Amino acid sequence: MTLAVTHLNYIVVVALMMIGLFIVFSSGNFIKRMIGLAVFQVSTGLFYISLAKVAGGTAPIVVDVTNSDGQALAARLDPAYVALHGVDGVVYSNPLPHVLILTAIVVGVATLAVGLSIAVRVREAYGTVEADEVAQLDRSEKAGQPA
Amino acid sequence: MIFFETLYAAPPQLAAHAPALLVVGPLVGACAAILAPNSRWAWMISVAASIFAVWMALCIAGEVARGGVVDYAMGGFGPPLGIAFRIDWLGAGMALLISSIGVLAALYSGHGLRSEVIQEKHNLFQAGFLLCQAGLLGLVSTGDAFNAFVFLEISSIGTYALIAVGASRDRRALPAAFNYLVMGTIGATFFVIGVGFLYAATGTLNMADIAARIATLNDSRAVQAGFAFIVVGLGLKAAVFPLHGWLPGAYAYAPSLIAVFLSATATKAAIYLLARFAFTVFDPATDFVHTFLVWVLAPLAAAAAIVCSIQAILEPELRRVLAFSSVAQVGYMLMGLSLASVAGVSAGLLHLGAHALMKAALFMALGGVAMSVRASALADFAGAGRDAPWTMTAFAISAAGLMGLPLTFGFLTKFRLIEAALSANQVWIVAVVAVSSLLGLIYVGRMLEALFFKPQPPGTARAVEAPFGVLIPLWILALASLWFGIDASLPESLANAGALALFGARP
Amino acid sequence: MTDLTRDIDASLVIDLSLLAMLLVLAVAIARTRQLLAAILLMGVYSLVCAVWFMVMDAPDVAFTEAVVGAGVSTIILLGAILLTHGHAEKSSAIRLLAPALAAIAVGGMLVYAVLDLPAFGNPTSPANAHVSRTYLEVASNEIGTPNIVTAVLASYRGFDTLGEATVIFAAAVGVSLMLGFGDLSAGRRTPDSMGDHHVVLGVTAKLFVPVIILFALYVQFHGDLGPGGGFQAGVLLAVVVILHALVFGLRETMLAVRPGFVRGGAALGVLLYAGVGLVCIVNDGAFLDYDYLFPPEIEAQIPPGLLGDPDHPHHWGQHFGIFFIELGVLFTVAAAMISIFYGFAGRAPVPPGTEAGQ
Repeated sequence: MTLAVTHLNYIVVVALMMIGLFIVFSSGNFIKRMIGLAVFQVSTGLFYISLAKVAGGTAPIVVDVTNSDGQALAARLDPAYVALHGVDGVVYSNPLPHVLILTAIVVGVATLAVGLSIAVRVREAYGTVEADEVAQLDRSEKAGQPA
Repeated sequence: MIFFETLYAAPPQLAAHAPALLVVGPLVGACAAILAPNSRWAWMISVAASIFAVWMALCIAGEVARGGVVDYAMGGFGPPLGIAFRIDWLGAGMALLISSIGVLAALYSGHGLRSEVIQEKHNLFQAGFLLCQAGLLGLVSTGDAFNAFVFLEISSIGTYALIAVGASRDRRALPAAFNYLVMGTIGATFFVIGVGFLYAATGTLNMADIAARIATLNDSRAVQAGFAFIVVGLGLKAAVFPLHGWLPGAYAYAPSLIAVFLSATATKAAIYLLARFAFTVFDPATDFVHTFLVWVLAPLAAAAAIVCSIQAILEPELRRVLAFSSVAQVGYMLMGLSLASVAGVSAGLLHLGAHALMKAALFMALGGVAMSVRASALADFAGAGRDAPWTMTAFAISAAGLMGLPLTFGFLTKFRLIEAALSANQVWIVAVVAVSSLLGLIYVGRMLEALFFKPQPPGTARAVEAPFGVLIPLWILALASLWFGIDASLPESLANAGALALFGARP
Repeated sequence: MTDLTRDIDASLVIDLSLLAMLLVLAVAIARTRQLLAAILLMGVYSLVCAVWFMVMDAPDVAFTEAVVGAGVSTIILLGAILLTHGHAEKSSAIRLLAPALAAIAVGGMLVYAVLDLPAFGNPTSPANAHVSRTYLEVASNEIGTPNIVTAVLASYRGFDTLGEATVIFAAAVGVSLMLGFGDLSAGRRTPDSMGDHHVVLGVTAKLFVPVIILFALYVQFHGDLGPGGGFQAGVLLAVVVILHALVFGLRETMLAVRPGFVRGGAALGVLLYAGVGLVCIVNDGAFLDYDYLFPPEIEAQIPPGLLGDPDHPHHWGQHFGIFFIELGVLFTVAAAMISIFYGFAGRAPVPPGTEAGQ
């Protein structure tokens, strides 16, 4: 089915996102949750960059058509295609999602760092990083106090 | 609105750049707080930066009063090439709310931090607080969808650690903060995925440009999916039932300064963004948006108002009662929004403002008393009303507003909501408001009874009156609540203008 | 349509095989309970993503993902499991059911929606044809940098990048609030560092440090002309410090790169960035409008041949504006990453008698 072929990229990226989300919700270990969150966030990046790809395009760094690199690029493609979709004789991929994902990657690592530091403090306070055991300890502490 | 024009008291050169300075002021303040030599300096920087932010917000409000909308192109590049700030009455109102609460919280932090955060960390704490404020102010001013995500994350990332600092009082702050981090990040990432779908369909990130382009694309599944993901993502951030699981822990165990600031601003900003997308970027008359508002948002909001009020009744810890009550109040705001009429949105916005004032005062009063009573259960606070009369009377005034007693601001907003519901023929909302108000009477009444009328249990510390530094901002909030209950012309006209702006800003 | 599919056929094969690898890795991460294995698999995942980004014509993103995802994230995660536990408890089957159903439901909805998107690689899709096309057409004239991604990142959407620097600054503040500044290690006796035992490691590290710093500076200043920029360079500088700390011990590194200095560095970087914007305001431009960075008198003083060809017009404001903000980003990112590392590395590990690390 041609639709599946032309959109296969997106479908696989969706699968990766869902695996990441599954890891977050299914694991009780705080560290593993952060890893799942990281997988989820990077997969969002994959989605945006899939949107940005232009067939036959090159990285969005201006290439001079007159020098050898530019000519090699132009030679690979159909001239009519280049004339229609290219800028100054070269076809480029879309730069805007690249910028967005640069930001998203940095946001992702920032979240990871803060989340892990909280997890380390949880370990120090509770002795464990498993969500079930933490909840258990809280419940028993509450039960131990007089109402 | 004349009120704001007369407050236009800044040199025109400064006022022309107020949108940028609104965000940059607290940001520079945060950097300065890190570099400050001691915590006293950090506090003064915090107060100064917050006052600057209020000043800028007033300038912007004055400009909006004259011109309708303030447009500011960052970097000198007009949209859609560059990022544009677009502040209409709704944005100006939110900016005023956030910055005013910010000033009061900053004033409170002088004393409020002493009992809860160790001295060496005060600089970091104030920096984190200012960063959160900068993020929220940027969120309500921006006209670019991805920029909104960046500001959403700026305001959230500092907050997670700030909440976790509450572990010195109660170690449950740590798993609560972690939970908030996971839920908040999933929400933000869902938002980004939604924006990605919108970008794929329209090719632009500027909100006004997106609105113009999707007017013809309503059948596209990608656009519908984009809407769904944006709404779920923002719903997580705004603690819409049933995605509110993170809120009770986060608000209850956080240090008082953070509980004060967050309860009054964080969810409100997310609701603002939700309204912005639902009404300005998307057209509420489109099928799927209308279905969402009527069949998803309204029932969930109603469920929040009732279920969380019941949970508040059953909750033995005082701060958690207030936290559950916050989720219930968010339900009221969303019920107003779901009516999709100017009156309904106006009522929702009015309640948003009222709740911010009340909740901030409640948490501030608790923080003031927490310096002496180091406990969390309601029973341990019994009798505090007699030992700390000034603090607790302010608490009582705000709590009365929460209950919706006549002559309070809280009553007025509920009245407006019922009015709007009746004029939109949604009588069931009136029933829900009535039932949840009754429930509200119960849990607030329980709090007030314990605080004022129960005898103090033996063995617990006596409450001590909060110091002046806490009483001043506290009473400003309580008096504002009282004043607006009697003469609500200012907030009502702001809310109305905001609602009109939300509907009117269509290309 | 056939021309299109022929053109993307070759890279499509590589693209799909890399995606298949990513799927396998993601499933492996989901299944393993040994956290060290999960972290290393995560590192490989990031690296394969970086390769995929290269195939997708996104060298800047690939660079950042490799350095940040495979580099710094792995280090922070390792630091975290050294301070907590090395393996996760088994989740019961019931606990797995609800998330699996939710993931399948949401995934199904997403696939349904995604099939409505324009075909992969289509140059006429709205995403590729609207604002982005304008960037490609005007950026090298208006801004003057060949790297369009840098032009968009630093100039057109420079405000977003300020936000990004602020985010990493906020993260450093958050981690410092939680874990302190590494002062905990100042008092306790550090174990013999690796450099004492393994001569090869010590000598090689000493050789690498200046080379990596040089490369980081190259990436920083070359970011206008090729892939690179402030973020990648900042993380590289942080990685140098981390390498030094891993080989020679944290105390040695802290004597060279003091925590207080690092703490202030992050704030100074953001101040520099915002400062550039404020200078533009003072000179009657909008915030971050680099064309107003220099008043006309100063701009007239700049010799025309400063950056090469005197006949080719240069946008001095844009050039220097981008130069300074990238510098600000460099300081902030490097300082933030180093202070995050100090936070994790400097935290006293759990007392003996409890399970720690592997």
